[in-house]
Amino acid sequence: MSDLYCKDLCMTFVNPMSGSKVEALKDIQFSLKEGEILTVLGPSGCGKTTLLNMIAGFITPTSGTLSLGGVDIQAPGAERGMVFQQGALFEWLTVARNVDFGLRMKGMGEMEARELVNFWLDTVGLQGFGETPTYQLSGGMQQRVALARCLVNNPDLILMDEPLGALDALTREKMQSLILELWKKTGKTIIVITHSVEEALLLGERLFVMAPRPGRIHREYNLSFAEMGLKRSLREIKQEKEFNTTREEILSMIWDMEEEIMGGV
Amino acid sequence: MFDWISDNRASIALVIIIALAATFVFSIFVGMRQTKLRAKDEVFGDPERTKGGWYWALCGVSALMLVWFYYSWGIARAVFPFAANELCQVAKVEEAMSPITAALPVDSRYLKSTALVVRNSAQLDKLAVSMPAEVFTPREQTNLSLAVTQIKDLLTVLSNPEFSDQDARSALLAVEMDLRDVAKRLRADYSELQPQKEALEQPKWGTSEVEIPMLPVTGKGVLLDSVTLDVQEVAKAFLKVRNISPQAKQLIADTKVILKALKTPDPLMQLDEPQEGTRKAHVKAVDRIFKRIDDGTIFPAESMDGVYFAVNEVYASLAVAKGGLSVVESLFFPGDGVVKSRTQCTEQGSGRWLPKPTDVIATFSTLANPDLESGGGYKGTTLLWWKWLPIADVVAFLIPDGLVDMLPGSYGTHGYSGEFKPNYKDKLLAVAQGEVNLGSVPMLDGHIWDSLFRVLVAMGFGILVGVPLGIYMGVSRFFKSFFDPMIELYRPVPPLAWAPLILTIFGIQDDGKIFLLFMVAFAIMVISARTGASGTQLSKIRASHSLGATNSQILRHVILPNAMPEILTGVRIAIGVCWGTLVAAEMLAGTTGIGFIENVARTVSDYELIWVTILIMGLLGLIFDLVMRLAIAKIIPWRGKG
Repeated sequence: MSDLYCKDLCMTFVNPMSGSKVEALKDIQFSLKEGEILTVLGPSGCGKTTLLNMIAGFITPTSGTLSLGGVDIQAPGAERGMVFQQGALFEWLTVARNVDFGLRMKGMGEMEARELVNFWLDTVGLQGFGETPTYQLSGGMQQRVALARCLVNNPDLILMDEPLGALDALTREKMQSLILELWKKTGKTIIVITHSVEEALLLGERLFVMAPRPGRIHREYNLSFAEMGLKRSLREIKQEKEFNTTREEILSMIWDMEEEIMGGV
Repeated sequence: MFDWISDNRASIALVIIIALAATFVFSIFVGMRQTKLRAKDEVFGDPERTKGGWYWALCGVSALMLVWFYYSWGIARAVFPFAANELCQVAKVEEAMSPITAALPVDSRYLKSTALVVRNSAQLDKLAVSMPAEVFTPREQTNLSLAVTQIKDLLTVLSNPEFSDQDARSALLAVEMDLRDVAKRLRADYSELQPQKEALEQPKWGTSEVEIPMLPVTGKGVLLDSVTLDVQEVAKAFLKVRNISPQAKQLIADTKVILKALKTPDPLMQLDEPQEGTRKAHVKAVDRIFKRIDDGTIFPAESMDGVYFAVNEVYASLAVAKGGLSVVESLFFPGDGVVKSRTQCTEQGSGRWLPKPTDVIATFSTLANPDLESGGGYKGTTLLWWKWLPIADVVAFLIPDGLVDMLPGSYGTHGYSGEFKPNYKDKLLAVAQGEVNLGSVPMLDGHIWDSLFRVLVAMGFGILVGVPLGIYMGVSRFFKSFFDPMIELYRPVPPLAWAPLILTIFGIQDDGKIFLLFMVAFAIMVISARTGASGTQLSKIRASHSLGATNSQILRHVILPNAMPEILTGVRIAIGVCWGTLVAAEMLAGTTGIGFIENVARTVSDYELIWVTILIMGLLGLIFDLVMRLAIAKIIPWRGKG
């Protein structure tokens, strides 16, 4: 079982010039079972992205342990796929070459990878776009390519850093459905970082609200909206009374934190 | 065919000029119409307004070409093919007149006599005041003053019409009469006059070393040319006229005796050396003034009146004889004209340093002719052609002899009977020295190719070495910090400042130039590759890490392509800088290349050749840039869209 365990995780950034320390994360503790989808919310500067970068292996925690499927996380690896806000696509490659990038790096030939690439392009709704240069795609389509590029590698855990932040409202809703669909279809463990409370509620089976200074998990929710979203339309869910009360609760929670940061203005 | 074109370049130019003028007018017409059609819905400042407009491009190009034709006297030659020849005859007349006009206030403000009197009187007064008394005995002092007074008297006698020499008067009258005859002759009818046979056989204007044919080819020219001979006679007579009256003769003789006596110092004075020098200088100064006026070239002012009027009459007649030629000269011969060259019959001013477009093409085709034997190419090298290149030479260039030396074993020795059997090492050495026949391959050759070759080889090495280093410098602290100081120390030095050093060390042939250009290209490539590499977005690097790529794979598949736009921009800049440096380096030293041609052309003031090289360099630079633009569009279509 490739569960994610996170124990006593601390991250302190030291400014090399002044020597001053910033506690980005302190005593983070949680575990994520395989197939769970987690969303992380919080005001800016609460360490969401730092947490994600540590899970991805881009930065090493000051103290504490992180493990996936019983293996300590030391460095970035293909078993933890990542989707960035701007797609981070390789604009000099076509859609298909972007998607099979991970496979080719493993030594697979383009022809061998073809079937997989086509399957995932179909899955994310980009049939026939294989030979299109990525710079000709719209923002939403680029994000679909990024998803396919990540999924084709068959990772155990998918990390998404504000994946839909740069999209317009309509595209965003479609993409949210797509993420839920992919979650159901693949049964992958997914962590989504977002700024949008609605998105966090819609996508998260579990939801962490993080608080800043030091970065910590302030509150945890277990929600059923993601499960609902697999069957019903997301707009319907947004009309639910429970959805709205939870949203207001979280919003005021974050609002209070923000006010605290700004000095209670 | 080629000769025919060369001989008829004036007529060809006329056709081109008419076409250009038509294009110019036509494009303005189209442009005005287009402007009227579109003006309403376009907003000022909208970049869309700059789109299109081929007609204005046509207008600008044809205007430029017309200006070129005009200032190079191309229009003059095409429309008035004989004007320059006639002007040349005018120049002959004016040149023949010049000994006479020099004595008159024609090109100057004063009569020559007036100027002489004024200047010499002033100098005499100065000398009289500044006499160094201590080096002369009292007697000598008296004599010196007397000499000065007598010279002044001489000036008076020469200036006074009362004492004027009878012979001189009649001679001047004869000159005046002759000039009036000349003036009359200039008004003669020239329509019946025929040019000489050899005049018609002269090469046409601009087709040979002689720019403008000298012998008259038109009736007008024949008339002017024949008048020139008469004028020369008159001028000769005029120069012989001397104004020495008996009074003047007496004064001259007396002064001569006094001055001669003063030349040797009185032995009683016992002068030391500097004093003797002072004395000598003073006497010499007086003597010099005396010699200037004792030849009788000073005339009373009004004695010149008759000649002066006659000269003016000649000029008036000359103007009549020129007729429409004066208009042509002032309108179509911008610059200094032909007359300024006196009897040289050459183009002066812009016509001189700006060759006619058709002549430039002619010079270019001579250069481009690959047949060296028939006068093509330049200094024994074609402009751009091909030759057979022995493969052995290339191999010898690539394998240094030292490499063979390092192989195990030793070279062969001669045997008992004095025979020599080469062993494997000897055979390899022969290959390394290019002594083996490996066949030949066709290879480009010529001045242009030599220049191109230097740039391309240097660019090749610059890219091969510079790009990998730059990429590593963009991703590694060691590489960046270790190499940065070295590159930054040599890079800011202007490449040409390195040239004397590099050319001395590596030689003035290809090696030195290629190394110099390599230095230029290398620095630019390193910096651009480094900028491109260090500009890779962190998210792309992270994404590729998460996709399981190794460091070297990221370098090859992410950082290199990401740096590609910067690298290609670097190549584009480097080619431009290399090209500029190369031409300058070729001017410094060398025996082939475009810069070499221009340098030789400069030393012999061959303006056509200079312009041809300038145009070739401009065109090649343009081609470089176009190729790079195409390459950029082809290789990195994603540029600026990521």
